Amino acid sequence: MSVTAPPDQLGGPTVDPVVVDSVQGARGRAVKSFLEDIWRDKAATIGLLFLLILVFTAVFAPLIAPYDPAAQSLADRLMPPSWMDGGSTSHLLGTDNLGRDVLSRLIYGGRVSLLVGSAVVAIAGTAGVLAGLFAGYRGGRTDTTIMRIVDTQVAFPGLLLALVILAVVGPSVSTVILVLSLNGWLVYARVTRGAVLSVKQRGYVDAAEMVGAKSTRVVRRHIFPGITAPLITLAVLEFARIILAEAALSFLGLGIQPPQNSWGLDVAIGREYLFNAPWLVIFPGIAISLTVLSANMVASWLRVRTNPLAREKRFAQDTMKHDLGSDGILGSGDAFTDDMYAEETEGAATL
Amino acid sequence: MTEVRKEPYLLEVKDLQVSFYTRRGIIRAVRGVHLKMERGETLGIVGESGSGKSVTARAILGLVDLPGAITGGDILWNGESLLHGKGAKARARKVRGKEMAMVFQNPMTSFNPLYTIGSQIREVLKYHLGMNKKQGTERATELLSLVGMSNPKSRVDQYPHEFSGGMRQRAMIAMALASEPKLLIADEPTTALDVTIQAQILELLDDLQSRLGLTTILITHDLAVVAGVCHRVRVMYAGRFLEKGSAEEIFGKPGHPYTVGLLKSTPRLDELVPRLYSIAGSPPDLRLPVTGCTFLPRCEIGEDSCGVTEPLLTGKKGAREVACYRSFEAESVIEAELEAEWEALARADD
Amino acid sequence: MQTTEPLVKADNLSVKFNVGSTGFWGQEAKWLSAVDNVSLHLDPGEVLGLVGESGSGKTTTGRAILRRVPIASGTVTFKGQDITHVKGEKLRNLRRNMQAVFQDPYDSLNPNQSVLEIIAEPLLVHGLIKNIKEARPEVKEFLDLVGMPTDAVDRYPHAFSGGQRQRIGIARALALKPEFIVADEPVSALDVSIQAQIVNLMQDLRSELNLTYLFIAHDLSVVRHISDRIAIMYAGQLVETSDRTSVYDRPSHPYTQALLSAVPIPDPVVESQRKRLKVVGEVPNLIDPPEGCRFSSRCPYVRDRCLAEAPELREIAPKHEVACHFVEDIPALSLAAMGS
Repeated sequence: MSVTAPPDQLGGPTVDPVVVDSVQGARGRAVKSFLEDIWRDKAATIGLLFLLILVFTAVFAPLIAPYDPAAQSLADRLMPPSWMDGGSTSHLLGTDNLGRDVLSRLIYGGRVSLLVGSAVVAIAGTAGVLAGLFAGYRGGRTDTTIMRIVDTQVAFPGLLLALVILAVVGPSVSTVILVLSLNGWLVYARVTRGAVLSVKQRGYVDAAEMVGAKSTRVVRRHIFPGITAPLITLAVLEFARIILAEAALSFLGLGIQPPQNSWGLDVAIGREYLFNAPWLVIFPGIAISLTVLSANMVASWLRVRTNPLAREKRFAQDTMKHDLGSDGILGSGDAFTDDMYAEETEGAATL
Repeated sequence: MTEVRKEPYLLEVKDLQVSFYTRRGIIRAVRGVHLKMERGETLGIVGESGSGKSVTARAILGLVDLPGAITGGDILWNGESLLHGKGAKARARKVRGKEMAMVFQNPMTSFNPLYTIGSQIREVLKYHLGMNKKQGTERATELLSLVGMSNPKSRVDQYPHEFSGGMRQRAMIAMALASEPKLLIADEPTTALDVTIQAQILELLDDLQSRLGLTTILITHDLAVVAGVCHRVRVMYAGRFLEKGSAEEIFGKPGHPYTVGLLKSTPRLDELVPRLYSIAGSPPDLRLPVTGCTFLPRCEIGEDSCGVTEPLLTGKKGAREVACYRSFEAESVIEAELEAEWEALARADD
Repeated sequence: MQTTEPLVKADNLSVKFNVGSTGFWGQEAKWLSAVDNVSLHLDPGEVLGLVGESGSGKTTTGRAILRRVPIASGTVTFKGQDITHVKGEKLRNLRRNMQAVFQDPYDSLNPNQSVLEIIAEPLLVHGLIKNIKEARPEVKEFLDLVGMPTDAVDRYPHAFSGGQRQRIGIARALALKPEFIVADEPVSALDVSIQAQIVNLMQDLRSELNLTYLFIAHDLSVVRHISDRIAIMYAGQLVETSDRTSVYDRPSHPYTQALLSAVPIPDPVVESQRKRLKVVGEVPNLIDPPEGCRFSSRCPYVRDRCLAEAPELREIAPKHEVACHFVEDIPALSLAAMGS
């Protein structure tokens, strides 16, 4: 649910133009404020740009990648990157033990990472959020049952479960997604339930129930919009974690299987050539780290953006520097008021 | 100058300005507040939410934090500035917390839930008075019994959550008194409490004030609370004082239309009127520039000329001052209006 | 008057909350008796002021009558129909006749909904309109009724002050044209100058729409201005009920006297001359309430019988009931003696 108004009350002949802008106007402003806001946080801007590039290259991989990632050329095997001795501009980042182009493999590997990452976030997120909403809103026995299932599964080692399933079903992209989803929904369920419990206390939820809204409507219209902010941040962080997990599984040989490739798998293959061809490990390694780092940068910006107090503080700092110079501020101590402290820590605790 | 004061005021606030830099605009929450506190007096500041009364208190205590900032004026403690000049910062640090202390509205958030009340009071004693643990515990127990807690010896070792609302407020007052402050600022100390508990806490504050010779500033939205406790009263609206005087003067003969309106719209326990007076409209948006009287849009006796320049407090200096071009004219007008309305109501009932 | 049937009636109403600690498989039962054996009624068009401090059970009583909390025992009757155990669709339909106004106007409006959506929601969920848009003219009428400009319809709650938000909340409660409204401290979160506006509005609406209010408050001075009758609660029980004047002229229960004494009067002269009944201590623990009178731990006139036997409400004058064994022996404390 976005902050901008749903379209059904926008437009329309009776709308006072001063009060409500046109749909485009409101959206345009929202986009502009989003861009302005992220621009202030340079790390997040870079992170977001990197992720966008990643998505772009993944989607258009066949057009961008110079070679087929699986095409072998034994004559060109273990060629170093172009700037090293013996490198060639035809293989910018060099080739692997079978003469496959490392750059192309990175681009196609990103495809798998993003696919697994977003599929797991979507599946686990949906399942976890639904379970959390159900548990938190219904409370009582429903809550107890769902949360005990979560507790029990949390206590069970996730990797072991993954290994068992992969051993039985056999590794493939869809099994990896399944396994990681099975493990991933727990955190969504917990965070959602916690958020629901606090939003449920709000007077407007009480009011909606009082006017006779059915529970599906109460959850959809009143509870869910109030909990999206922490969930979006969580999803971005989870996305980074899933990419790492997929790499780990693939590295162990339980994830993506050749001829498909992924960054984790490439690291595993390159491991054997660590000393004479370190680029085989370094490039996919860098790709993994940068993606995870970028996602974390974006997440930490989102956390500030969705915390009104932190936002106002940063805004005030900027304006005052601009308007008054630092001399204009008198006696502003670093003392934190209690409410502010509570708000800040609360924000941190939910994530 | 007819008279030269030998001793500086305990606290003097000169033309204090506090603004909040929000994304929706700059809110000028406090727009030039002047205040002089004599030793041992109790001052009541009355205002509605957004009037700037709490922000004033926080500014005095150095608790204004971003997005807010003090943008002008001065705060003097014993004649020395806490804001400007050499050593002001160090001085402010020494004075704030030790010589002035604050009691907040919500006692629950002011205590750390993980430590006992005793250890939190001990911490203050150790920091400001250098007491060791044994002395600290003894003094903490004394303080708790000073604020009227039964069984202080066992209370010292209890945690905040084991205290009821009223008890917590007492404990907070005890903690505020631990550093032996000269000035106590109580910001809505009873708003979160039940009325019978409120009566207990107000009595305690009154009692402490006379026993310890404390200088007290009581900030509240409730005129009735001020009536029983304070010597002097100031009414604050839109970031400035509109009226000052003794409690008897202000309640007996309110000078500003806003004060009259507040008094008339507060339902009284000891009289039943057919219909309450209500001040129309709501307070001004302090992001917009102020032209003329801030109360004009809601005023019953306002004239066009009131909208030109903002009226300042005028009257006998140091005693009764009202910031209104038509001071003391509102009461009779509003009373006549109310009576007419009541008569009309009575006629409609027949 | 005598022959009219009450619109709302609660008989021997009790509400208990489970406050046990949560274990692995759920909660251990530990019951807090929030409302204990409360009986009250409201005639059509009447305003009953329900007064008490926190922990008195006044809010819970209101919520129980609205069927928003589980009722442990007793019955609630609405228009002669027993609604104590009504469920599902029938309960939902009941909402069309009984509504609520909430205490905190900053909390009771969804910040993500426009005023139109907020006020039209009751109509939508009861199928009275097909979509929100359809309700626009009607919502504007309601805004006008509660004294709001009609161009507020497309704005969001953050654009309004506390008093304006409370007006929107009242408009939402009126949308279904209910006969009965429970107003739970509707003005206590508002500024003094705004409180009077809302009290006056509620009075106007009452006579205009012939509404019946259960007006819950902790402030005796506000309640006096809007109520026909007053009921005072302490620790989950009714201690005194009367018409709007008797409680103030002849407060009879020691708690009522203490409560009246504690209410400050905005007049320093009156304040300094008032007679007061001061009490110490706080509300007893309701998980394990005292056996006798629940006020006995704070009562200055307590005797042995008070500790052993709980007093029942009994009539001491026409339409004036007090739950105190020794009410005849309690020294009078009238407002007249408070000064003025």
